[in-house]
Amino acid sequence: MIEAVGLTKRYGAKTAVDDLSFQVRPGAVTGFLGPNGSGKSTTMRMVLGLDRPTAGHVTIGGHPYRSLPNAPRQVGALLDAKGVHGGRTARNHLLSLAQLAGIPAARVDEVLGVVGLQDVAKRRTSGFSLGMGQRLGIAAALLGDPQVLLFDEPVNGLDPEGIHWARNLMKSLAAEGRTVFVSSHLMSEMALTADHLIVIGRGRLLSDMSVTDFISANSADFARVRVPDDGPEDRQKLTSTLIEAGGRVMSEPGGALRVTGLPLPRISELAHKCDVRLWELSPHQASLEEAYMRLTQGLVDYRSTDDAKAGLAEPPPLDAYGHPVGGHAELPAEPLEVPQEGWYAPPPPGPRPTPGSGAPAHPAAAEPSAAAVEPSSAATAGEQTSKDPR
Amino acid sequence: MASVPAVLTSEWTKIRSVSSTTWTLFCAFAVTVVMGVALSALLNATFDDLSEAEQATFDPTFVSFSGTILGQLAMVVFGVLVVGTEYSSGMIRTSLAAVPQRATFLLSKITVAGVLALVVGLLTSFVSFFLGQAMLGDRGTDIGAENVLRAVVGGGLYMGLIAIFSMGVAAMLRSSMLSLGILMPFFFLVSQILAAVPGAKTVARYFPDQAGSKIMQVVPDAMNTDPAPYGPWGGLGIMVLWVLAAVLGGFLVLKGRDA
Repeated sequence: MIEAVGLTKRYGAKTAVDDLSFQVRPGAVTGFLGPNGSGKSTTMRMVLGLDRPTAGHVTIGGHPYRSLPNAPRQVGALLDAKGVHGGRTARNHLLSLAQLAGIPAARVDEVLGVVGLQDVAKRRTSGFSLGMGQRLGIAAALLGDPQVLLFDEPVNGLDPEGIHWARNLMKSLAAEGRTVFVSSHLMSEMALTADHLIVIGRGRLLSDMSVTDFISANSADFARVRVPDDGPEDRQKLTSTLIEAGGRVMSEPGGALRVTGLPLPRISELAHKCDVRLWELSPHQASLEEAYMRLTQGLVDYRSTDDAKAGLAEPPPLDAYGHPVGGHAELPAEPLEVPQEGWYAPPPPGPRPTPGSGAPAHPAAAEPSAAAVEPSSAATAGEQTSKDPR
Repeated sequence: MASVPAVLTSEWTKIRSVSSTTWTLFCAFAVTVVMGVALSALLNATFDDLSEAEQATFDPTFVSFSGTILGQLAMVVFGVLVVGTEYSSGMIRTSLAAVPQRATFLLSKITVAGVLALVVGLLTSFVSFFLGQAMLGDRGTDIGAENVLRAVVGGGLYMGLIAIFSMGVAAMLRSSMLSLGILMPFFFLVSQILAAVPGAKTVARYFPDQAGSKIMQVVPDAMNTDPAPYGPWGGLGIMVLWVLAAVLGGFLVLKGRDA
């Protein structure tokens, strides 16, 4: 049982962990999630008494870590896979840790077998891959057969077989009644491993609940409804009917409708009553990943941006006439879709397409039905006018 | 509470299982002995060219320890690496998670490495002395002569204390590179140069290496060195104070700062 009360850590002006209170109970795998730099590792280090909290305290089984009697036999931790002297062999590394807690040397060979490193036990750890380092770290955590285990990003660098193994290992440790506290920034991994989730962002507690509660609390189940593209009035009719029946309707970028608050059979019935054909009616459940992304949105410290490569772009090559080569490729994609959609829009003005690449592929241009259907898509129409110089 | 014998056993495993231990200690031994022998032979051959003052204070014991100036640098590297690699590898977090008691951890580490350095230092000291005396021939002295055994044992203590001082400094600075960058030039250049500069030498004679090396002299002010206001044991005492200060500083840093 790990218990944190009002745990706070400040580095100068930056608050890494802010008034964090939580409990990690035995008999379950507790996932500790947060974006990069959200304070997971700092919290882990404070649990292990490596960093002193600015305020608050954290105890393991009621004792602060530094005053735990025989800590290595009670708590096992994997903090950093590379936290090993590279010149020492795997076996000697574990042996030095075992001797601290009075653990017999036979146990060292035992855990080396458990993590699958028995063949490289006599090799120096500087030649180990990240995955092998993780296995060595897990071996060190298991050494004292402790009741409380902490793993900081244990599956980083592991191969699929190793990830599967680590997952089962944590589950079986928890099933034996141990306290297992695992940090990760991979929600999908935690969905498969953890029973309970503690989510932090910018050092603050965002959520502390079981995985199933987390999904239902954070996910928005919805139905995706798609009506034929040729009937905008059908779309309107269905939308108003659904709203009247108490649903919430949002428009998706692709033209489909996202409906919440109505079960699928009810949507089907309503559509049937107002005589609207449906092309799609599908249930969607937000994944744990989506729920997590929604929760931590805005609390991500390090967000990537598009790489514009502005200074690196080469000017487009020019053909013999001084025109950019491949200009016709800028033709919008819409005309290409026309045959499948059953209507067409005239190709917008632009560079003359070369034979065999686009416009000539549309014999439907002469069909009279085209004009009647054309206004059906306001977006397409607007695009045409905006691009039309006349 | 991790028991002290357990931590000592563990630290011994750590120290014997890295090759840097072997080569730094071997270097300290080889460099000191070879350079001591070479300088003894050289001085024996060129004795007549020495100044009168130097001939008057000729100290065969001190001459056979001439290699210490270079050999101590290998001891510095040994001391720094024992503590510094814990930080550079990140092993310190694993170690402190296993031994939450900072004092037990640091003192056990320093005890194991210090005793090892002391043993190697004593071995170096005796071998240097006997080989050096062999080179000096008739001008040499005997281990039974007055104060000679004190100087030879003192030479071993000096080597061990230099290593422990380096461990304390590395624990304070928490980095091998930084510690070596400060200690190597200090012992090899700064201390030696300041000790030769008038005015600065009154301060420099209280530096750990200058004070400590007095224990290796049998003849007072051997080889026409500057007279010091302390005796051989007084000098070693000053060095021990430096070592205690460095270890205490290292402990306070380890206790106070986040790992």
